[in-house]
Amino acid sequence: MASALGAPVVFGHRLPKDYLPLALQDQDPFSLFSKDKEMVVLNDRPWNMEAKAHLLNDRITPNTYMFIRNNGRIPEAVDANTWRLTIDGESAVSPKSYSLHDLKTKFKHHTYQLTLECGGNGRSEFNPPAKGNQWTVGAVSCANWTGVRLSDVLKDVGVKTDAVYIGYHAADTHLSGDPKKEPISRGVPLAKAMQQETLLAFKMNGADIPLAHGYPLRLVCGGWPASTSGKWLNRISIRNQVHDGAKMGGSSYRVPCETVAPGSKVEEKDMCIIESMPVKSLITYPKSGALLKKGKSLTINGHAWAGELAVSKMSYSIDFGSTWQSCQLEDPANRLAWQHFRATIAFPKKGYYEIWAQATDSNGVGQPMVLPGWNPKGYLNNACHRIAVKVV
Amino acid sequence: MENNFDKQIKALARMLSAFFGLLLVLAGGLFYLKEHPNAFEKNSVPKALPVTQTEEDYDKVENGIHIATGFVDDDHMELVIQNCTNCHSAKLVTQNRMSEAGWKATITWMQETQNLWDLGVNEEKIIAYLAKNYAPNQKGRRQNLSDIEWYELKK
Repeated sequence: MASALGAPVVFGHRLPKDYLPLALQDQDPFSLFSKDKEMVVLNDRPWNMEAKAHLLNDRITPNTYMFIRNNGRIPEAVDANTWRLTIDGESAVSPKSYSLHDLKTKFKHHTYQLTLECGGNGRSEFNPPAKGNQWTVGAVSCANWTGVRLSDVLKDVGVKTDAVYIGYHAADTHLSGDPKKEPISRGVPLAKAMQQETLLAFKMNGADIPLAHGYPLRLVCGGWPASTSGKWLNRISIRNQVHDGAKMGGSSYRVPCETVAPGSKVEEKDMCIIESMPVKSLITYPKSGALLKKGKSLTINGHAWAGELAVSKMSYSIDFGSTWQSCQLEDPANRLAWQHFRATIAFPKKGYYEIWAQATDSNGVGQPMVLPGWNPKGYLNNACHRIAVKVV
Repeated sequence: MENNFDKQIKALARMLSAFFGLLLVLAGGLFYLKEHPNAFEKNSVPKALPVTQTEEDYDKVENGIHIATGFVDDDHMELVIQNCTNCHSAKLVTQNRMSEAGWKATITWMQETQNLWDLGVNEEKIIAYLAKNYAPNQKGRRQNLSDIEWYELKK
């Protein structure tokens, strides 16, 4: 036990035989965060958890199937009554601080359904492998977020003409316990901050935001890497330069500005910050592995999204990409929300099939069938989703 | 001179009594925690009952895997547990695959940005353990679908 704690346990011999010090106690994350038991825990310190494709079948993602991506420790003892958001920075006319009550009463409320996908979703497929949590397909969600527009609050503070970026700061704490270190402090260019859908949110799906997702206040920047949507938000700095907080530099949330061969070493100066996420889709019904009687048709459905853009076309293939058929594709509930698709498939004969899904965005750019460009941290894998089906 | 010696003795006595006092408080705290295992938890965060585990369980190895941490049981595993699981979970290590150079670069990055300490003479052993047991395997540009659980689709 001492070796596990990294320190001798004083009076260890007096501990009851079946007693485990608090530091080593396991917590059940499913009840802790109200998550479905089928969710997959990738990491328990910090907490990182993802969905499986078939769990994401809801049109609006409920908390129970929403992925968790944390960089540090979840803040303890959050008190919404005393919570404050400070807006400061070189390009703020003068710093200003708001209570949650101020935000809720001074500014108009808006609700949008917003797609949040982890920049590293799909990392597990990269070759050579990329460092970090090995997300498969389930680090994406599309919930309803309610709050006030960041632009309304920024205008209330006053934005100087030299402003180019905003950076967030939050109440989560660094894994090392160092109070001077922020686990993550990212941001977005001013233009994204001023979009009408960019929210300072205090509700998710009509209720208080769950603690693991940023209670009591979260910045939500739909369509961009979810790391730009800072949780437990307590400060936003209006910057006259690209924000330089934790995980804005190095290989964090950055990819080579020019494409590189797999496994290449890339200099820091040759890395560019990820902005909009690429076009992507998921088949959420049926669950992979369906056995189907010959002669029966199958109706598949799922979601497609394209970062800042809309999805304009959705196709599927049952012959490993040789031929493609169209799916019915719905319009999004609002800009930056995922779009639902469905298709009814008749299989010509018995056998093993894979159903591949390919979305194409409004610029005519589609999902690749193999992995997209390799990058050192394994971001932006939008290779087409595949499920297995056997006709028997 | 003697007076000074007296002073030192008194100071030592004060330190010793403070030390034993601290030990008593710690023991009392542990006893309290035993009776109230959820004492540190906030009402707003429901938590499951802690999983109890004995020291015997802690050393348990099954199929070459150290059950308590999930690490491959091999030379220098204890060093890895001691140095690599203080800040983050073992899961952050075991889900990754890197070459020797990759593990070395990761350790350097953690030392430069994440407050990881100097591993001294243990660094070489830790990297050897990681590079041997968590080496990359060639996956190509797209792998076959695997781990498919077949089920009858009823509608």
